[in-house]
Amino acid sequence: MTPKRKQRLLLVAAMLVGVSVAVIFLLKAFNSNIMLFQSPSDIIAGKVKEGSRFRIGGMVVEGSVERGDTGLTTQFQLTDTANKVPVIYEGILPDLFSEGQGIVAMGSLDSSGLFVATEVLAKHDENYMPPEVADALKKAGKMPGTAANYGGSTVVNP
Amino acid sequence: MFKWIHLFGSSPFVYRAASWLAPVFGFGAAVCILVGLYLGLVVAPADYEQGDSYRIIFVHVPSAWMSMFVYMVMATSSAVFLIWRMKLADIVAWASAPIGASFTLIALVSGAFWGKPMWGTYWIWDARLTSELLLLFIYLGYMALRSSIEQPQTAARAAAILAVVGVVNIPIIHFSVEWWNTLHQPATISKLDKPSMHISMLRPLLLMVAGFQLLYFHQLMVRVKTGILQREGRTAWVAELVANNRV
Repeated sequence: MTPKRKQRLLLVAAMLVGVSVAVIFLLKAFNSNIMLFQSPSDIIAGKVKEGSRFRIGGMVVEGSVERGDTGLTTQFQLTDTANKVPVIYEGILPDLFSEGQGIVAMGSLDSSGLFVATEVLAKHDENYMPPEVADALKKAGKMPGTAANYGGSTVVNP
Repeated sequence: MFKWIHLFGSSPFVYRAASWLAPVFGFGAAVCILVGLYLGLVVAPADYEQGDSYRIIFVHVPSAWMSMFVYMVMATSSAVFLIWRMKLADIVAWASAPIGASFTLIALVSGAFWGKPMWGTYWIWDARLTSELLLLFIYLGYMALRSSIEQPQTAARAAAILAVVGVVNIPIIHFSVEWWNTLHQPATISKLDKPSMHISMLRPLLLMVAGFQLLYFHQLMVRVKTGILQREGRTAWVAELVANNRV
């Protein structure tokens, strides 16, 4: 390699390293802003101010879904397996919404600690299989989990 | 040992090779994509959770994968051009940009069509979607920068620097679903784990990935030929090609 080319190689390498380091610092600084949602544990730990709008993410607790007698109001609990937060939502839920499903909701906490949601989105996992295979795996108790990242901790579900 | 590499500095050789390879790649792409679509849309069973909607994956995942692969080709050849001033490397980067931008756009649009019925929204500013959108802007910026500088040598160098710097975004896209929490689910196929997909669905998906890969190589060959002709329009060997009606 000629000295000229060596110099250019070093220059390109230095440029890449410099930009990478700058971007790493930038992403570290904005880490909490890049997180899409807070986990129930974050909320119990008081990381969110009452009244501020934010997103909460977690799994719908089995057996916790209560639908109102009239209208479209639904109340349920969200968990990251460690803590639970009650959520109330008035509106149409996505088709994938069900007990045990991961969801992300936008809204705010009221004074009693109830999360009043204005939008509910469903998360789905990265596993794809025919229904018969899913049934067989469920019966055998070998349904693959999803490595969902709820807040700071990764929760493997179920 | 590396004497053969000088062959790629010879435009007539590259032009002839590209002319020969373009239809080969094109045929391979057509076969893979047609068989992949048939297996994916007709033969593969519905998903246990998402029903038939998951079939968008057969277009979405290959185009998202290609959006990153094409960028890696573009960034690598830009670096080669910056260091060794190899003409062909610059032509490859120039040729790849609009192809990569198209794959990125297809990934974003097909993702939106998938997001609405499953998540409940076309778009969300989560880390995966935002970084993929940024990739589209980098492609568009690369093309805009190239065409905004009149002097071809300066334009090529400036664009190459942008392409090399922009490569930082690729690991961000890939790891966004692990580093931050997102609405987008984690990767189904990764090198280290066995894929989280039933074989009947995995087979068409891999065929589609191969098909999109070959489609890119086909497009690349066609555009590399165009790039060579644009740069060497006044040379004797091109005049000879034109005279023999073989362009």
